[in-house]
Amino acid sequence: MMRERYLNGLVLVLLFAVPLWALINDQPFTITLATRAAIFALAAVGLNIALGLGGLVSLGHAVFFGIGGYAMGILAYHAQTYTPVMEIPFVIDGTKSMPVIWLVAMVTSGLAALLIGLLSLRTTGVYFIMITLAFGQMFYFFSISWIAYGGEDGLSIYIRNDFPGLNTLVPINFFAICFTILCLVLFINGLVARSPFGLALNAARQAPQRVQTVGLDPQRLKLAAFVLSGVITGLAGALFADLNRFVSPTMFSWQTSGEIMIFVILGGTARLCGPVVGAVVFVMLEHALGGLSEYWQIYLGALLLLVVLFARGGLVGLIAGRGVAHD
Amino acid sequence: MSTILIIEQILNGLQSGIMLFLMAAGLTLIFGVMGLINLAHGSLYMIGAFAAASVAGLTGSFALALIAAMAAAALAGVLVEIIVIRRLYATDHLDQVLATFALILIFSEGTRWAFGSFPLFLDIPNYLSGPVTLPGGIQYPLYRLVLICVGLLVAIGLGLLITRTRIGIQIRAGENDREMIAALGVDISKLYTLVFALGAALAGLAGALVGAIQSVQVGMGEPVLILAFVVIVIGGIGSIKGALIGSLLVGLTDTLGGVFLPQLFKLFMEPSAAQTSGSALASMAIYVLMGAILIWRPTGLFGARA
Repeated sequence: MMRERYLNGLVLVLLFAVPLWALINDQPFTITLATRAAIFALAAVGLNIALGLGGLVSLGHAVFFGIGGYAMGILAYHAQTYTPVMEIPFVIDGTKSMPVIWLVAMVTSGLAALLIGLLSLRTTGVYFIMITLAFGQMFYFFSISWIAYGGEDGLSIYIRNDFPGLNTLVPINFFAICFTILCLVLFINGLVARSPFGLALNAARQAPQRVQTVGLDPQRLKLAAFVLSGVITGLAGALFADLNRFVSPTMFSWQTSGEIMIFVILGGTARLCGPVVGAVVFVMLEHALGGLSEYWQIYLGALLLLVVLFARGGLVGLIAGRGVAHD
Repeated sequence: MSTILIIEQILNGLQSGIMLFLMAAGLTLIFGVMGLINLAHGSLYMIGAFAAASVAGLTGSFALALIAAMAAAALAGVLVEIIVIRRLYATDHLDQVLATFALILIFSEGTRWAFGSFPLFLDIPNYLSGPVTLPGGIQYPLYRLVLICVGLLVAIGLGLLITRTRIGIQIRAGENDREMIAALGVDISKLYTLVFALGAALAGLAGALVGAIQSVQVGMGEPVLILAFVVIVIGGIGSIKGALIGSLLVGLTDTLGGVFLPQLFKLFMEPSAAQTSGSALASMAIYVLMGAILIWRPTGLFGARA
């Protein structure tokens, strides 16, 4: 347990130190990479709450990532074209303000998670994996055929959205925003895991009957975890869209769901900083191997296979040992 | 809206449904017998198509191409089963999803490395191309009719294999109680490899057959894979009958929805809006169908009651 805590600290310090170093040596691309890693990590921290704590194998988290992305895309698109988002029954204007966009992204992805969770949690096991996958595809095809917001081509936003008091176009400033959010969410995640809710959720994953016997509703606990998880991944989606100043149906694709899951497993399921380690390693591999070979995903596949077969508990588990019991 | 158009679209739906069945049958057998979710099943479909396109290019024979497709997919299936999949039977679904997702990456990028990113083409042989006239004066491509017949024959053959032969008895017994049939002296690990090879060969066959009417390219397997998952979830995982009915339902919903939903919407909307929202809904129709069936019956139409 102690080793894991040191490791968590070390990972976050590294993730913060690398862009600082890049700033001093004037390498803005490295800062962008670090931002990308921080945002992926945030998305994976979201999934980890459903997957690690709740035992819900969701292969459809791209839904929330995409909703977050499109929340940003749609609001900013209307702001840059000076058209209202809707006029009936009341006028809603677009906005370029990040906090407002985040709030909208979190609320809409939370609502989507509530609805999807209500329906999906009726099933278990493989059926749950498949139904979440199907919801992902549903949103994917919907976004492709939604011509008003770019359809297959997606939406481009010309200028990054504003945050009060910061120039977000400076890479290090945007990184700072993403990193701060990541740390805040990790802190909340740690609190939730140790709260009565987190403990009950943990128990509901391991022994649902017993939880029911003491008077708690395991379904409800899982639903709450699923919604919280969706909200966080949705926020990450909004940040990701802002990083690229672009949203497209790819954010909804099932490969995206698979990648978010890879971050979690690569790092270590149910570990606080597992998703952060996974996302950082993924972005590093993508960059390093992508430079070496066009076919870098072969190596990614091989690495993933080795982790699944031989390093259960992920990279964090490999270094810190089996701290937490996870089935 | 003429009757001819409707019949044509129903035939198209049947054709795409029956090809889905070839994929879904393998998936559902593998899940039923070994309890394994195989995301890499779409890669076997792709391998079948590439093998067929290469052999057809070399020899010019479509029959040889089909045999090559099944052999290549079965071989790839056996290799993967022995090297990787075998270690996953005892693990939870999460590990299976991840490991087979990793296999997709390896297979897709490996194929891209070997064949390049440009699509290959597999031609329909002369004796199977051209239209035929059905009773009622409907012109329909012969090849698509052949696909329907081949699919139905495979479905019947598979049904006989499962219900009438010794292997079939062992497969069914394996679904029910794997320890017991191991105790009765059946080599369970050989049986698993065999079932996996059978499923892989069916996927390879589907890839080659469909490859002749679409292009053969990297990533062609994944959309079909997801549809096949929808099929087995609708039909109930592990049930061949469910896979057949699910495939036809999905094939028909997808094809008919794409044609008729925009038409239906035109009845009460302006044409351009009807076209957009109709095709948007059509592309989501099968997922809506799946959601509805799962809410009504959480283990599919023919799935074992939990």
